[in-house]
Amino acid sequence: MTLDFSTLLPYMDVILVGLVTTLWLTVVTTLVGIALAVVVAYVRDGESAIASRVLGAYVEVIRNTPFIVQLFFLFFGLPALGIPISATVAALLAMVLNLGAYTAEILRAGIDSTARGQHEAARALGLSRLQGFRHVVLVPAFSRVYPSLISQCIIVMLGSAVVSQISVLDLTYAANFIQSRSFRGFEVYLVVTLIYLLLAVGLRLAFEFVGRRLFAFRQGGSS
Amino acid sequence: MALVSVKDLHKSFGDLEVLKGIDLEVEAGEVVAIIGRSGSGKSTLLRCLNQLERHDWGTIHLADQRLDGAAMSPGELSQNVGMVFQSFNLFPHKTVVDNVMLAPVVVKQTPRDEARRIAEQVLDKVGMREKIDAYPAQLSGGQQQRVAIARALAMNPKVLLCDEVTSALDPELVGEVLRVLEDLAREGMTLILVTHEMKFARDVSDRVVFMHQGRIHESGDPQTLFTQPRTPELSQFIASIL
Repeated sequence: MTLDFSTLLPYMDVILVGLVTTLWLTVVTTLVGIALAVVVAYVRDGESAIASRVLGAYVEVIRNTPFIVQLFFLFFGLPALGIPISATVAALLAMVLNLGAYTAEILRAGIDSTARGQHEAARALGLSRLQGFRHVVLVPAFSRVYPSLISQCIIVMLGSAVVSQISVLDLTYAANFIQSRSFRGFEVYLVVTLIYLLLAVGLRLAFEFVGRRLFAFRQGGSS
Repeated sequence: MALVSVKDLHKSFGDLEVLKGIDLEVEAGEVVAIIGRSGSGKSTLLRCLNQLERHDWGTIHLADQRLDGAAMSPGELSQNVGMVFQSFNLFPHKTVVDNVMLAPVVVKQTPRDEARRIAEQVLDKVGMREKIDAYPAQLSGGQQQRVAIARALAMNPKVLLCDEVTSALDPELVGEVLRVLEDLAREGMTLILVTHEMKFARDVSDRVVFMHQGRIHESGDPQTLFTQPRTPELSQFIASIL
């Protein structure tokens, strides 16, 4: 067979729309998902046993079920319960809940490894638990688990291909659409594979750029 | 009236009774060194004074105010009692000045520019002003400990607790930290130190307290205590460290 990419040219705008959708889903999910993870990690180690149990259950449900089932549950389940939800909102919600659960566990590992002396210094200075968490614990905890955090965000970005199943017009949806019109499957998926690869590399580079600024304190020495 | 007054303090960890009834009064401006073998309860006593440990029985008063139990909020407590630790415990992600400003800004809600002024002042006092923008990892142990002292001073406490503050330092760095404490003592700061630096205890403190098996075994002015110990336990302890 011969490769013919010229047949894809008329569909460039479709690919572009898909790319933009995947990109903004990823960016919003990363930001909101990490924020959710911070809250979950804080509450799970907190004083309220009930809140801790509820969030523990949430984390376990997410981590022990397939993402596509979570997506279908939200997209088909919520309307059945009388809560109308668009495909895009369902996709975003599923991705945020997924990333939030995994990242909360990653972050907790970082929080747990905080030296006791840090907590004691915070308490001796009069900081409350929340103040200590925010000003003393959080940033070093993030810095310790940052590589795992980056990987998790990339996994969720790649996993977002699944949202094409509920007709969100993402990159994979675009690929399927073009393939079904042009029958040039190999060319389409080759291009889309490269785009995903570039997205993953780009996301990692962006994270590393932010990390270098955020965790500049680590460059001074060993701690 | 004594600035710090501890009455009948008891503390157990499980079955192990670490403090078996401590009575201690410290006057304003006094420098008290607590010495004793490890396990004698001296660090626990210090940690009860700022409630890092909750004692089981007894009372602690600061001036005429009850300090223990829920009598004082952590924020209030930190403005009365400062603490410096053996392992410095600076916040690694914050620069020197941010370490020092954190509690004034977050706990006391001091405006940032005023907190900055206070930070520069206390860092000046410990000779660390030129390192104001360094991160802890860029500093030597002695420098980190001086910053930790400045951080405690920024809350303007009435008493400063020092828990073996030179034990984690290389020998050549001990002097710079002790000199800062000496300066503070001379300025009239009330200091309670758990220490293994006997020379410092003898030369700088007004009173030495020898703890043994959870009790204050002997206390008095340093000259008499070190030269004429009354109990065999103290003479043994002195012999073992010289």
